[in-house]
Amino acid sequence: MNLNLNVQSSPHVKDTISTSSIMLDVIIAMLPATAWGILRFGMNAAIVVIVSVVTAILSETLFNIIVKRKNTIFDLSCVVTGLILGLNMPPEVPIFVPVVGAFFAIVIVKMLFGGLGQNFMNPALAGRCFCLISFAGYMNNFTSRMSVDAYTSATPLLLLKNGHEVNLLDMLFGYIPGTIGEVSAICLLLGAIYLVVKKVIDLRIPLVYIFTFVVFIMMFGQGKTTNINYIVGEVLGGGLIFGAFFMATDYVTSPITPLGKILYGILLGVLTGVFRLFGKSAESVSYVILISNLLVPLIESFTIPTAFGKEGK
Amino acid sequence: MYTFKHGVHPCEQKDQSKDKAIKVVNAGKVLVFPMQQHIGAKAKPCVKVGDNVLVGQIIGEADGFISANVLSSVSGKVTAIEDRLSVGGQRVESIVIENDEKYDAIKGFGLERDFNSLSNEEIIKIIKDAGIVGLGGASFPTHVKLSPKEPNNIDYILVNGAECEPYLTSDYRLMIEETEILVKGLQCILKLFPRAKGVICVEDNKKAAFDKITLACSSISNIETALMKTKYPQGGERQLIYAITGRKINVSTLPADVGCIVDNVDTVISIGNAVCKSTPLLRRIMTLSGDCYNDTANLNVRFGISYKEVVEAAGGFNIDPKKIVSGGPMMGMPVFTLDMPVSKNSSALLAFSKDPLSNEKETNCINCGRCVSACPINLLPTRMLKAAKSENYEEYIKLNGPECITCGCCSYVCPAKKSLTPYFSYMKSAVGNYLNSKKEEVK
Repeated sequence: MNLNLNVQSSPHVKDTISTSSIMLDVIIAMLPATAWGILRFGMNAAIVVIVSVVTAILSETLFNIIVKRKNTIFDLSCVVTGLILGLNMPPEVPIFVPVVGAFFAIVIVKMLFGGLGQNFMNPALAGRCFCLISFAGYMNNFTSRMSVDAYTSATPLLLLKNGHEVNLLDMLFGYIPGTIGEVSAICLLLGAIYLVVKKVIDLRIPLVYIFTFVVFIMMFGQGKTTNINYIVGEVLGGGLIFGAFFMATDYVTSPITPLGKILYGILLGVLTGVFRLFGKSAESVSYVILISNLLVPLIESFTIPTAFGKEGK
Repeated sequence: MYTFKHGVHPCEQKDQSKDKAIKVVNAGKVLVFPMQQHIGAKAKPCVKVGDNVLVGQIIGEADGFISANVLSSVSGKVTAIEDRLSVGGQRVESIVIENDEKYDAIKGFGLERDFNSLSNEEIIKIIKDAGIVGLGGASFPTHVKLSPKEPNNIDYILVNGAECEPYLTSDYRLMIEETEILVKGLQCILKLFPRAKGVICVEDNKKAAFDKITLACSSISNIETALMKTKYPQGGERQLIYAITGRKINVSTLPADVGCIVDNVDTVISIGNAVCKSTPLLRRIMTLSGDCYNDTANLNVRFGISYKEVVEAAGGFNIDPKKIVSGGPMMGMPVFTLDMPVSKNSSALLAFSKDPLSNEKETNCINCGRCVSACPINLLPTRMLKAAKSENYEEYIKLNGPECITCGCCSYVCPAKKSLTPYFSYMKSAVGNYLNSKKEEVK
């Protein structure tokens, strides 16, 4: 018997899950919202999303070629970044905006810090905020050719801020102005359910986030603390659902410790409340998540779990 | 149902061999007995080249407090005492015996005995003489385990029948085929600890064994059975104690500190055989499974038989194996040759024609936290890996790294295909060395 045996150490079996299969699940989970955005806002929305994804893929490829590294696009994380960024763009934005945003997200925020897993901020959100600051006019224009008659460009949050009522059913199904992917709460929740069923995301962060935010606005909502229309409108609007389930749960930029996840959710909820109630802008989820990203190492450092059998010692 | 928190559930793969009754393997001409088949000091040969030995004769004497006897499993002649390759991969002083195939045994071998007529000291001595060590994997000398400082504080004797590793079915077969002697063995242990209750713990994927044992001990007041959830590592000592009693131990405490003694089913059966049937520990039950065998099997193998002969006894390979594992796939050791003798620390022998893991490329950690959710010890494996790779011992200790039981759950679930567990095994000794050198610096 002539044996030529492999001898790496245990374990000798592994789960079939891989980084790319996880990323694929995230992409699948965003498809309903993407489809709705395109259906509702038309061809330009489709082009924005596609351009954003393609730019992300090309940027990562180009970067890897220039620094002579193995191509990493097949882990699909750049597709996720491009897709999230695209879905965070207004439907009628000029094409150069997602190009600049995706390039910034991939090259500056992700690859320069060491690639996947090394970035300290969510790349898609950093890309979006970069565009928000650089191209404020384009990024805050939510008029759509498709809905020019029936809808104004005022987002529900702006209406709420100015003391108006909003149509909750429209917000739930997505008949409101907003970015391509954030308008339909139903489509986003469908995707979120998929991610939970596939055990891709942990519900602690999004649920604590939303719960804390609701408690916060009920406490400080200046005379509207029991107004259901106001509270539900605030939860469904401004990309909170999108942010809570798809961006705050980004593995790389959220705490890994169980207690840290809870604290992170509370931080997000409180900051969102503060920004929305006391800030000038009605939109804030992107900034809140980015700021909280920066506090993750701190949160993790004091939430190291107690090892089994070391309790009370 | 009893269980612990976290853990993983790998594909069980037990159907391949669970209905194969245990078959005895015939010994060949030459048998090899390493003097180190247990944790602790190695045994000292007490025979010389040319001596004739009998079945059950002590050929290596326990040398030190934590050590165990080595017995001959055949009768014949000592032909050499030399270094030979052993299961751990090291060369170890071994006694080579030529089998005369007469199987003449020592005086009193196989005589029935009533354990009630024996004193506690006599029972411990029988266990020590029989060379019994823990057969769950750690090979800790059993007579030492059964002699805790405060025997009266022991209130649980846990019999570990979890067999939580995939593929393995030897404990399952034993529980079904040797139920009676298992219960007797447990009664022997309970005689040493009058305040204790015996609990035989079985995972719920071995319901047939559970039912059979439950029936067999239904009339015995101080023995119970416990059905546990099928989950890895349910049979880990800390997990098992927690699942059944809710008590917790860590790396610096022993089960006896929380009033528990944990023994594997085969260890308890060996105690039963030694005490009640005057039959010392001379064999290992091995599961042969995996896709390379002509036929999977559960085998009763005398110590000293080479792995090669064991494989042949099972009908050999039908395809060349790419990987052979001694033990279960989660914690077992890779084998690089079959020219080794079966010994107390042998386990299953799994042979696989494919090794998909060897082609896997590690990618960046995405901080997904699957390792954190899988870790039965509540650790942060991905952070520990960073500390281990940079040999940052202080950080590793701060992360409770030394508590790791190297169960392999983190490596199993990692989507980036990181190899975590080997680093933690390495850090076990590295951290120890670091702390020692730090102590010396202080002096």
